[in-house]
Amino acid sequence: MRTLRYVAMVILVVVAAVSIGAPLILSASYETQFRDAPNSRPSHEHWLGTDALGRDRFSRVLHGTRISLLLAPMAASIATAFAAFIGGVGGYLGKGWERVATTTIDLVLSLPWIFLLITARALLPLNASPTITIGTTFFLLGALGWAASARVVCAHAVDLRNNDFVLQARALGVPEWRIAIRHVVPNIQPILVAQFWISVPIFILAEANLGILGLGVPEPMPSWGSLLRELEDLALVPGELWKLAALGLLVLVVSSFQLLMPRSEVRTR
Amino acid sequence: MRRKLFYHLMKIFLTALLGTVIAAVLVRLAPGFDSDAQQLDPRLSHESVEALRLRRAVNGNIMKFCIYYLAASARGEFGKSLTFNRDVRELIAERLPVTVRIVISGLAVGWFFTVMVALSAAALRFGVYDAIAGIVAGALLCIPTAALGLFFMMWRAPASVAIALVVFPHTFRYARELLVSKYETPHVMTARAKGLGPLRVLVFHVLPVCAVPLVAVAGASVTIALGAAVPVEVLCGIPGIGQLAWQAALARDLSLLVTLTMLVTILTVGANSAADLLNSSQPRATA
Amino acid sequence: MKIIKAAAVYCVLLFTIWSTATTSELRFCLRSEPKTFNPLLVDDDASDTVRYLTGGVLVRINRQTQSLEPELAISWKISKDGRTIAFTLRDKVFFSDGSPFGAEDVAYTVERMMDPELHSPTGDSFRSAPGKTTVRVIDRTHVAITFPAMVAALDRLFDQVAIISVRSANKDKAVLGAYYVADYRVGAYVMLKRNPNYWKRDIAGRQLPYIDTLWLEIQANRDIEALRFKRGEIHLINSVDAEYYDRLTPATSGLHDAGPSLDSEQMWFNQVPGAPLPAYKLEWFKSQKFRRAISEAINRDDLVRVVFGAHAQPAIGPVSPANKIWFNTKLQPIRYDSTNALRMLSHDGFRKQNGMLLDRDGHAVEFSIVTNAGNKYRERMAAMIQQDLARVGIKVNVVTLDFPSLIERMTQSFNYEAVLLGLTNVEADPNSQMNVWLSSGDNHQWNPRQKSPATAWEAEIDQLMRTQASATTFKERKAAWDRIQEIASEQVPFIYLVNKNALSAVSPSISGASPVAFRPQSFWNIEHWAFRDSGRNGGK
Repeated sequence: MRTLRYVAMVILVVVAAVSIGAPLILSASYETQFRDAPNSRPSHEHWLGTDALGRDRFSRVLHGTRISLLLAPMAASIATAFAAFIGGVGGYLGKGWERVATTTIDLVLSLPWIFLLITARALLPLNASPTITIGTTFFLLGALGWAASARVVCAHAVDLRNNDFVLQARALGVPEWRIAIRHVVPNIQPILVAQFWISVPIFILAEANLGILGLGVPEPMPSWGSLLRELEDLALVPGELWKLAALGLLVLVVSSFQLLMPRSEVRTR
Repeated sequence: MRRKLFYHLMKIFLTALLGTVIAAVLVRLAPGFDSDAQQLDPRLSHESVEALRLRRAVNGNIMKFCIYYLAASARGEFGKSLTFNRDVRELIAERLPVTVRIVISGLAVGWFFTVMVALSAAALRFGVYDAIAGIVAGALLCIPTAALGLFFMMWRAPASVAIALVVFPHTFRYARELLVSKYETPHVMTARAKGLGPLRVLVFHVLPVCAVPLVAVAGASVTIALGAAVPVEVLCGIPGIGQLAWQAALARDLSLLVTLTMLVTILTVGANSAADLLNSSQPRATA
Repeated sequence: MKIIKAAAVYCVLLFTIWSTATTSELRFCLRSEPKTFNPLLVDDDASDTVRYLTGGVLVRINRQTQSLEPELAISWKISKDGRTIAFTLRDKVFFSDGSPFGAEDVAYTVERMMDPELHSPTGDSFRSAPGKTTVRVIDRTHVAITFPAMVAALDRLFDQVAIISVRSANKDKAVLGAYYVADYRVGAYVMLKRNPNYWKRDIAGRQLPYIDTLWLEIQANRDIEALRFKRGEIHLINSVDAEYYDRLTPATSGLHDAGPSLDSEQMWFNQVPGAPLPAYKLEWFKSQKFRRAISEAINRDDLVRVVFGAHAQPAIGPVSPANKIWFNTKLQPIRYDSTNALRMLSHDGFRKQNGMLLDRDGHAVEFSIVTNAGNKYRERMAAMIQQDLARVGIKVNVVTLDFPSLIERMTQSFNYEAVLLGLTNVEADPNSQMNVWLSSGDNHQWNPRQKSPATAWEAEIDQLMRTQASATTFKERKAAWDRIQEIASEQVPFIYLVNKNALSAVSPSISGASPVAFRPQSFWNIEHWAFRDSGRNGGK
């Protein structure tokens, strides 16, 4: 297990270093179109071949890594923070607060928030920089995508509220705020971390799906989400396995983080 | 119990009501509400183009629409779909059983895998197996639902398996964490120290304390499965409410979207309320 | 007794097996749900497909030769003033439900079609001026229709008019075409069965169509459609995307490239006076030199080669070269020449500085191109145009929007700078583009619904469109339309990019198919199709 953790750490460091140092490593920019070689196979010049417009796929995967690794965890942090607050507080306080929390969660899960995203895009200027556009999209994804995690956090908080060590702490006269901070939060933490890492690929994929509605990363910027849409081509031409590079990298990064996550343990004082 | 049931029914009703109004506002305010792709037909005369705009503008006043819609829905009428030119009630009645079928089978298969893999990971406590299970779950999270559905079409597998593979990674991680943490609680350690067999420990000491949070997650997984149904149905051409919702969203079909939101709200709140009722029927210590 | 019963059961079984075995079924996909089965309200591809297959028309444009051929009308005559058309109808023809076809059905159809309350897109094609349309039923096989004003190419327009029964209670089921709608499951399929009363016969006197059942399965996803064709689960893809054509070609036979279609992809700049744009940008877009320079700075050959895999041609003007009758052969192809583009821009006061193009007031030339999200080809074209224009120092932002949002910007708020979209031309006749070229038209995209023409060249186009609509000879109409094409080429209100090729796929198990460039491309002669192993003689 320890070896696996070291390997995971090395992988993450390499991926981060390579994606940050991409402009120094790569000879071709992610937007340069080699129009004589669209959809080409891997070669000496293009290690992962080129996409439909002749752009170097390796370059786009690395640049996409920077964008997605920066923004998806940001969205996941926002979502997890909301989930922790609404689900955690509601679940721990119980009674009416729990009801308000679960009703809010159910409502947020049911509403068609896609229209809010469309409206937000319409409000942005047409010539807004890609950074602002994509940043807004991920921010909204985080602000709207907390409900499923909140449900899980709420259930766990309810469970903790009725746990023996919490009951013992109350019986000893420990104030509620102290119980929350010293006993409940540390035990919710593994769930929050798990939800955070589940949310990262979900937001990356959500960005890809939103591309169909024009809410994804604008051209010519790449993102993991837009690169993952190439997977749909594999159904017709299964042999082009180099197109799985973005998926492979995403799985590698997400799995590495999951291996580095602390194992769940119950803390009692 | 009767009070709890009444409370949950009121909760479903009020949440559906609120959801309907908010959905109507969201759709009405979204750009393109007044637009119709037909306007771009160069054959149409100016009067015909204006008639198209007026048809859309009928639902322009959102307050009027909400009042009229809620009053009509109390009578079981949900308006007419502009996209399909048919009664919304008929459309949903035709398509709902299709979605219910694939969502239920998807959930069943997804939970089956979740329980088997999470239980074995927690019980065996074998690091490599645990890591591999986590990696597979993480990998499944990373594959776009649309691509999953496409691969299943390629392999001629049922679409519900694609839904199961979307549900599994969400539920597995949480179930695994929960089971592992319960295995390390004092009463379980005491039971093991006293020489109770692994199966007895699992059935009588671990699973009962996991029931409450697991049932809650089961309720949340219904929402995940319904969400996955949209890309799967759209991609695989399955005529369910997911496909209907997508087409309605693209066309800003207000009556249809609002009715579908009401339906999804009722299903979501209903599933979670059922989970809560089930939990509350189990005896437990309260603070 | 027992033996007789057993024999009877055996015979029934044999008959069932035999009749099932000899029933032929053709399957293909509709890309969306048909919105209506009322032939007068058809405005989308899926409904148009059903209308073509089920509707009986008075005359039919032969999609291969472009000549007008008799169908339910055996002859017709247009009056000198171009307002009246008189048809002589085929006798002893019946609808699919057995009711007889006659002049009253034509009268009923035309009256319904021209009802202003119905807002029929088909009817609007005939509306050249306000006023009432009158129909005179002379006898059972003779009918005359008089319009309030001359209608250009009046007879050819009846290719789109499917005749409805005046008598039948279930008008959807009573049709005169080769097939009728037997079953429809929302979201799943439309099943058409051969019309038992179809009037057409082959040379040997056998009743058409040969194929008994058509399954039109509703499948929006093109990957799955291509996969199913590859597997042999469907027999036909009416319109294959360029990308799929190349992916299917190595392993699959039955693919056809019929050359350029009538469709084009184009972009245009916003010239609406009150548009919410900075005034200096509006000045750029209104400048003819600016538009021409942008047009010359775009490498169309690359668009054709990279985006469409050479299954397209660089566009020259509003008319595709496939439209041999109306295409102005004197027009010159637009050369890719970024040097000349910069020269033209310099005449308007633009200059390149530190790699960026600046206008005379020092504003950096930057604008956005909006296109509809989800259309891979347009997104790729926009990305390539972005690169091409970067070479002349122009910064282009590609914005993809969902279609309703895009339409709202184009037609109501005018909150856009440039749009990249396509034009689907069903009809070859220029009169069908009246609302595009008239300055008061709703589809005069760059500056619609003008009270009076904003420029001299738009006024000239208005005049020419009216001339071609009222001209009595083809020569006059062609001269007017040629001049409009020249003006469009000089003034570049639309920057025409490519004409896509008409690509289709028909299973080799089918005989009689002869795909063409004009819609419906492949199944235009479906009544003559047969399966090769059926022993029937397919094809005309």
